[in-house]
Amino acid sequence: MVKFVIQRLGYMVVTLLIIITITFFLMQLLPGTPFSNPEKLSDRQLEVMNAKYGLDKPLAIQYFTYLGNLIQGDLGVSFQSQGRTVNAMIGERIGPSALIGGQGVVIGLILGLILGVISALKHNTIFDYGAVFIAVLGMSIPSFVFAALMQYYIGVQWGLLPAALWKDYSYSIMPSLALSVLVIATVARFIRSEMLEVLGQDYVNTARAKGIKEVTVILRHVLRNALIPVVTVLGPLAVSIMTGTLVIEKIFAVPGLGEQFTLSILVNDYSVILGITLFYSALFIFVIFIVDILYGILDPRISIGGGKKDGTS
Amino acid sequence: MAHHKPEITDDLFVHEPLEEGKAEELAGTPSNFWVEAAKRLLKNKGAIMGLITIIIIAILALVGPLMNQYDYQDQDLIRSNLPPLVTGMEWMGFNGEDSHGTNVYAEREVTDAPAWFGTDEFGRDLWTRVWKGTQISLFIALTAAFLDLVIGVIYGGVSAFYGGRVDNVMQRIVEILVGIPNLILIILFILILDPGITSIILAMVITGWVNMSRIVRGQVLQLKGQEFVLASRALGASNKRLMWKHLIPNVMGPIIVTLMFTIPTAIFFEAFLSFIGLGLQPPLASLGTLIEDGYQEMRFFSYKLIFPAIIISAIMISFNVLGDGLRDALDPKMRK
Repeated sequence: MVKFVIQRLGYMVVTLLIIITITFFLMQLLPGTPFSNPEKLSDRQLEVMNAKYGLDKPLAIQYFTYLGNLIQGDLGVSFQSQGRTVNAMIGERIGPSALIGGQGVVIGLILGLILGVISALKHNTIFDYGAVFIAVLGMSIPSFVFAALMQYYIGVQWGLLPAALWKDYSYSIMPSLALSVLVIATVARFIRSEMLEVLGQDYVNTARAKGIKEVTVILRHVLRNALIPVVTVLGPLAVSIMTGTLVIEKIFAVPGLGEQFTLSILVNDYSVILGITLFYSALFIFVIFIVDILYGILDPRISIGGGKKDGTS
Repeated sequence: MAHHKPEITDDLFVHEPLEEGKAEELAGTPSNFWVEAAKRLLKNKGAIMGLITIIIIAILALVGPLMNQYDYQDQDLIRSNLPPLVTGMEWMGFNGEDSHGTNVYAEREVTDAPAWFGTDEFGRDLWTRVWKGTQISLFIALTAAFLDLVIGVIYGGVSAFYGGRVDNVMQRIVEILVGIPNLILIILFILILDPGITSIILAMVITGWVNMSRIVRGQVLQLKGQEFVLASRALGASNKRLMWKHLIPNVMGPIIVTLMFTIPTAIFFEAFLSFIGLGLQPPLASLGTLIEDGYQEMRFFSYKLIFPAIIISAIMISFNVLGDGLRDALDPKMRK
């Protein structure tokens, strides 16, 4: 176990280092520096800034300065918003993203679980077909198409929920729902196939033969075992939630990280784009790390040393 | 214990009555793998409907832009923001009326050919643009999927074939690539390459091939050590027969299935990039840019969003359903 965790940690660090290196050299390819606009900064300020970020030094030293700044958690300064650090921009925008992302996952897991269980228990009935159909729709229709249509009908035409902006809690419901669609579909499909497999196992027949109540059989023996592999889809789901926030925050005008990201792309604010990219990458890699370890702990059948090769992505 | 040997007489043996079904089962020649797969696929109504939808959309994407006299980049301000109008299909909403219920065609005295899907704010015909956009989206997705296939098969094949140290190094590289969120790499590469069809394809291929290579490697490794390959060789099968009868059919299934799921993913990524402003530049159109444009004006001109949204959803659903069907048909073991 310890060896496994250390190995995973090693991969995590190497992956992050590679991403940081790629972003650094991309920065060199992009035009300008954060401080190349002389009207915005005095000569003295320029000097201080250049010295702080090492822009007057050779490339190799710049790289290590950049690395050093990153290790201290300093993501640099915005190209466009005068004097604002990327850290501050991420800090003030993480809240709404975390809220709708978290709600999206919770709603998705619950609805997906219900849909998947119904589908498996009523296998090959109209309920099963209905659930499978919903899951296929959820997997296929791009989240931004779904979100745009939701906003148009629920928000604008019927006026049930606020269509956009971010004032009170009710404004977070529609973005969360839009994010949860893919989670519902993925979890439902997964739970369905896992449960169908578990339902055919000998120990389920044994439990039934012992005269245990059907509800107990389903809850204690079937669902519990079917839930373990769901951990493996949590990693990819975290990615799709992050991907989703990029567009869904744009659609619903949620002042979150994703909206900042698309905004920065429009105005070519490279340092913010790269800062958020690094932040997302680190978060993603961390989630995958946790999921890998969780799976190792939860399912004793998986040999931890070797890992599961035909993994999740 | 008395030794008692009952005499075995001929009348103790009775002929087993011939079963109709059994005889037929034995008589039938073992059918070809692909014929059987096709039979299984044909039984799957959803997959067939998906296939038909894809074919129809592909044909329309090719001939659709030629079906009226408008080009996808012709601007005509007199015809700007015309609602959809199809003569004879007014009852379905194609009535040329805007969101206030006034007939824009009558109001502006537009008499030339109606716009079936309406027009955008520059008066460009949306029927033409939607199908042109579908054509470009499909082109991007198919090219990206094809490149993924080529790189993935070569990389996975080499890795599994040579094994040992080569495999070890190649797999460490893959493991690191898998760890990088592909969307982020794609966005970074689009930022340095100019947005356009080529850069979108390149950016998607940079990470896209990894999945295919893993599938191919897994398959080849598994097949290399299997008894039926050895048995077939021991029975004197030629290399050619081994390849065509055993290896290809077993590797092709998972490759085709993976390919089927790569295409909708590529279509999604293209649309996604266009939606966040990293996609194609006007006047070029793709489903993503059309959805983005339509979304901006959906409040008053909802038709601009609805047609591309329906088409992209139909393509995605069809490919996913077809992919599921193919997986069941080509590899019953993989059935979920």
